Amino acid sequence: MLGRQTMDHEHLASLYRQMLLIRRLEEEAARAYAMGKIGGFLHLYIGQEAVGVGACATLTRDDYVVTTYRDHGIAIAKGMAPGAMMAELYGKATGCSGGLGGSMHMFDKPNNMLGGHGIIGGHIPLGVGAAFASKYNKDGRVTLCFFGDGAVSIQGFHEGVSLAALWKLPIVFICENNEYSMGTPLSRTLSQTDVSLKAVGYGIPHDRFFATDVLEVEQRIGQAVERARNESMPTLVEVRTYRFRGHSMSDPGKYRTAAELEEQKQKDPLIQARLKLELGWDAAKLAALEASVEAEVEAAVKFAEDSPEPDASVLEPTTYDGPFAS
Amino acid sequence: MRTLRYREALREAMIEEMERDRTVFLMGEEVGYYNGAYKVSEGMLEKFGPERVVDAPIAEGGFAGLGVGAAMVGLRPIIEFMTWNFSAIAFDQILNNAAKIRQMSGGQYNCPIVFRGPNASAKQVGSQHSHAMEHFYAQVPGLKVVAPAFPADAKGLMKAAIRDDNPVLVMESETLYSIKGEVPDDLDVVPFGRAQIVRPGSQATIVAYSRMTHVALDAAAALEKEGISVEVLDLRSLRPLDEDTIVASVKKTHRCVVVHEGWPYGGVGAEISDRVQRLAFDWLDAPVLRVTTRDVPMPYNAKLEQYCMPQVDRVIAAVRRAVHRSA
Ligand SMILES: Cc1ncc(C[n+]2csc(CCOP(=O)(O)OP(=O)(O)O)c2C)c(N)n1
Ligand SMILES: [Mg+2]
Repeated sequence: MLGRQTMDHEHLASLYRQMLLIRRLEEEAARAYAMGKIGGFLHLYIGQEAVGVGACATLTRDDYVVTTYRDHGIAIAKGMAPGAMMAELYGKATGCSGGLGGSMHMFDKPNNMLGGHGIIGGHIPLGVGAAFASKYNKDGRVTLCFFGDGAVSIQGFHEGVSLAALWKLPIVFICENNEYSMGTPLSRTLSQTDVSLKAVGYGIPHDRFFATDVLEVEQRIGQAVERARNESMPTLVEVRTYRFRGHSMSDPGKYRTAAELEEQKQKDPLIQARLKLELGWDAAKLAALEASVEAEVEAAVKFAEDSPEPDASVLEPTTYDGPFAS
Repeated sequence: MRTLRYREALREAMIEEMERDRTVFLMGEEVGYYNGAYKVSEGMLEKFGPERVVDAPIAEGGFAGLGVGAAMVGLRPIIEFMTWNFSAIAFDQILNNAAKIRQMSGGQYNCPIVFRGPNASAKQVGSQHSHAMEHFYAQVPGLKVVAPAFPADAKGLMKAAIRDDNPVLVMESETLYSIKGEVPDDLDVVPFGRAQIVRPGSQATIVAYSRMTHVALDAAAALEKEGISVEVLDLRSLRPLDEDTIVASVKKTHRCVVVHEGWPYGGVGAEISDRVQRLAFDWLDAPVLRVTTRDVPMPYNAKLEQYCMPQVDRVIAAVRRAVHRSA
């Protein structure tokens, strides 16, 4: 029988594996973007992996997730196949959205991933709608709705939280506060920079913490998920994090100093998790785990490279279900 | 004459008007410290300070409405949408407030406001970020809508927009920001409602605006090689619409092809088709044809996106169809 210590490490190893998988996929995406194989906007999740991985670890496959355009990592954390994610970035027919959505629009119905969305705040009421359906159907599912600190100023956030609070819907609102919306620091977008306090006005519970330790993310989001599942009570959680890359590939990130970035990288949650494993887990297992991630990433890229492009014939049937209405 | 980029021409217009009139200010996301998401407002924060170049949080409904309110009481706001796609969130403010204040107050309150930003497709930015929003707005009485294709017009129309006492929507284009063009030193305003013939021709008229003017010019150059002489008309202003210039050109060429981004159902092209068939029916040798974005949401995949967007070859095919029908 495994000791508790070992079990904890096994669990941490599985979370570390997902974080590393996301990190490596994102790095490969950046490389492919530089080679012109991926187009449009590309918003990387590098630095924020512990949020999506820790949060999604509290869910079952039936639970719903919805997020912004910074969605690749969360899609993977919700169970999307890496090949389907990478192929979507490449605009291939085998991508999770058939190559029609691209980086910002990762949908995965079998895993109840309700998408990445491009218009700030627009998806927050969608998450509330999924939670409404769960309460309506009494199916016991929970919705995690992720958004950035920049979304806290927009109506979709306030209307969404207000409705969820009024009707006590099983949802957890997760603000990934990475301190910037594009080039603007939080202090210049919000009068009250403690985002979690927005919950007070809507009369729902709130929480606020740093995402340095993926296990803590899991535990804290877990409390909110249980509250949603058992009491049908929404929670607003502000998770403090940091993105190591620019807002998107076209952003050189001149609004922050090299020293600030370096300081944040010292706290890299991926490295933190690895350090814990180095101390308490089997070195050979760790090496094997990392090798398996490399193999998986390589396979995902190859799958994306080798896949066919969608044909124009998909456009009409993906616009309407049934005959095209013109 | 100087050569300016499209974005520089816009910036110059805003700077000149802000220097001329202290009630003019610029507000939008990343317009200040970041120097503009597309660098249109580069250097303006430094020049005018944060009271007049205001970085707004992501709250389009809020700051568009704030602009309308400030305009009612005497300021002249320039509200930048990072892209026109995001104006969908502010649609209520533009439709229900900016366009209505004057009439529903019995003419007491004006709304001298400019809404501006890049419009229509960029490159592979997907369905939510590729909208040609001018069609929605040009439908609304109370609003004026302009869509310059060249730096000089960008400058002159922007200046006219800022001085106008009504809400004016300036549709720019991410894909045009870097193009260069001659701008007269003494350029003041370019008046609304005046189209320009950017290439004279005799056998067909292509009506276009914004980036599609350039696509139309490329098509016209190619068609000349096969002996078809095409007149290219750049609308510049969508509302008010220069009906007279369109009709005069069609009466001369007898054929009309309208080219624009955005979907075919309704919209600017449909409006022009209506006017041409009503006002130049007896001069037409072929039905008015339209080349538009295909009637589906914009896909991400690069080839499908190109397939959906109006391209030179589709414009050429449409002109050939119009010309050979009656040849
Ligand atoms: C309504 C709307 N306005 C503007 C934009 C352009 N935009 C895209 S991302 C972004 C910054 C968002 O920052 P934040 O919410 O903090 O999320 P992060 O990118 O940091 O994850 C902006 C302004 C948009 N997508 N939608
Ligand atoms: Mg942010």
